[in-house]
Amino acid sequence: MPELLQFLFSGVTVGAVYALVALGFTIIYNASDVVNFAQGEFVMLGGMLTFVCQAAGLPLPLAALIAIAVTSAIGVAMNKLAIEPARGAPVVSLIIITIGASIFIRGGAQLLFGKQIHSFPAFSGDTPLRIGGATILPQSLWVIGGAVVVFVGLWLFFTRTLTGRAVLATSNNRLAAQLVGINTGFVMMLSFALSAGIGALAGVLVTPITLTAYDVGLAFALKGFAAAMLGGMGNPKGALAGGFLLGLIEALTAGYLSSQYKDAAAFVVILLVLFFMPQGLFGARTVDRV
Amino acid sequence: MHKTLTTTALATLLALGATAASAEIRIGASLSATGPAAFLGDPEAKTLEMLVEQMNEAGGIDGEEIALTLYDDGGDPNKARTFATRLIEDDEVVAIIGGSTTGTSMSILSVAEDNEIPFISLAGAIDIIDPVKPFTFKTPHTDRMACQKIFEDMQKQGITTIGMISGTDGFGASMQAQCKAVVGEYGITVAADETYNPTDADMTTQLTKIRNTEGVQAVLNPGFGQGPSIVTRNYRQLAIDLPLYQSHGVASDGFIELAGADAAEGVRLPGTALLIADQLAADDPQKPVVDAYKAAFEEKTGTSVGTFGGYANDAFLILTDAIARAGSAEPQAIRDAIESTSGLAGTTGIYTMSADDHLGLDLSAFRMLQIKGGEWTVVE
Repeated sequence: MPELLQFLFSGVTVGAVYALVALGFTIIYNASDVVNFAQGEFVMLGGMLTFVCQAAGLPLPLAALIAIAVTSAIGVAMNKLAIEPARGAPVVSLIIITIGASIFIRGGAQLLFGKQIHSFPAFSGDTPLRIGGATILPQSLWVIGGAVVVFVGLWLFFTRTLTGRAVLATSNNRLAAQLVGINTGFVMMLSFALSAGIGALAGVLVTPITLTAYDVGLAFALKGFAAAMLGGMGNPKGALAGGFLLGLIEALTAGYLSSQYKDAAAFVVILLVLFFMPQGLFGARTVDRV
Repeated sequence: MHKTLTTTALATLLALGATAASAEIRIGASLSATGPAAFLGDPEAKTLEMLVEQMNEAGGIDGEEIALTLYDDGGDPNKARTFATRLIEDDEVVAIIGGSTTGTSMSILSVAEDNEIPFISLAGAIDIIDPVKPFTFKTPHTDRMACQKIFEDMQKQGITTIGMISGTDGFGASMQAQCKAVVGEYGITVAADETYNPTDADMTTQLTKIRNTEGVQAVLNPGFGQGPSIVTRNYRQLAIDLPLYQSHGVASDGFIELAGADAAEGVRLPGTALLIADQLAADDPQKPVVDAYKAAFEEKTGTSVGTFGGYANDAFLILTDAIARAGSAEPQAIRDAIESTSGLAGTTGIYTMSADDHLGLDLSAFRMLQIKGGEWTVVE
């Protein structure tokens, strides 16, 4: 029994990381139908900038705030310099542009921060919590908490605020949204700032567990993307569920089958889900609204 | 016939070039300074640049300056082959250092052998020098030697059953295979054999399985990068009180920092003299070279020395030593001199090459180290 519990804790820890990254995909996707493959780079920047600020002598909370703010600014810059000039291009072209942006950010980070692996201390120490014979690190609880808070925030944003609805409207039909007085340029800028900020927050929370280096973004983006697809792209509920599900499948496969097959098992499940439910577990409901 | 002609032409060109360009010795390097193997190539490139600068400031070899042409192959064997050809044909080098990875080394090797230019590889695999090829040498000990060193230490402690948790990256997978190939010779069985992806965030599942495997007395983690740090942290999180062995892949101060001194307490691994520079006996033959490299590298780059930069340091030492002894910068003479390298102290070990040993190290080059109180100590 403690064995199963330990596998579940491991799955939940990893799942929370995936969920946080997957949540970052939702806003930009909802605003423009673009899957932003630079999302992993925002996660890397969050962790890396926090490390740099902290190493420069700033307290951790301030360092984290600066990292999130700077990453949001980079997100806005990416929208202004790379996405906006290509306005009118098909979604596929925009997705390819985000891949280019991610390579650019990774290269820049490599030049600026070097190739060393970095980390900073966990927020509440490294003493594991013992529950029923299994252990979990306090930092895992921070990550899980972070994922839940971001989820609730996003859900409220999209269902309860005018701006959130404006984002959805822009995604649905940009021209119609403009006609009813929505500033679509502002919506795009806002969505990049928020997505980058959420990515950076994820980076701040997960770095004490996963460590960070200039090239970790790609792995985050792939797993986060897989989680978002599993749950249903664009739906915060889907991102949260997809992330945790993916983490749990991996941990249980590694635990009861073999660690050799854990990624394969996760992808088989994703393929099956997408085969029978092409919209993911929680579907893209936003499309049906008009 | 064609080959001899090319070589003669090349030698003539080199001789002309040497007189024309006020006698400089041209050496080439193709390293993976960026890309997936940057952790190897980056310190290697910095080391070579630093050493060439130092040597030229000190007057070069017999008054002849060294000109280094360094290419970044990004870990891509195809690029490495192109750069090796370019180094030989356009840059007219007399020797090549490089090949941060086994893949790039194998590419450069074939070009160097065809053109009869001495080549010193910085990669781990035994295939590079076994079977022996006339112009190819290498400085790092092989993965197999690291496994043997670890199993020797386990044997001394009466450990007969172990669990392995290996990274699926090139380094981890290669060492996992090598270890499983030699483990039988030490009367040790691998009862649990788990793997993880280098980018995984949590390995408690695999470690729980190993812990619950009957009879496991120690755990071995072949891996590189952040994986072993996370394994070490998870190992403490689960409070497993079996000895934990890491590989030479994480033999640097950075590992203790990332895993945390508390979590890393008691971890054993085979490392080189470089890690324990301040603990070497005053009469240790490696002490002067280790001290000199460590001081210079850390002052120049501000990062702590690691095993990999040391490989480049040793390759450069072997090459310059050979050129000095040969008294000539002619590829064939350099090759012969490298092969007769004897008792040359490097950071990795003491090199003695021969016609059938183009590595020149034995197991004594590795020192069994243990982390105590956040510091490396030698296990006697």
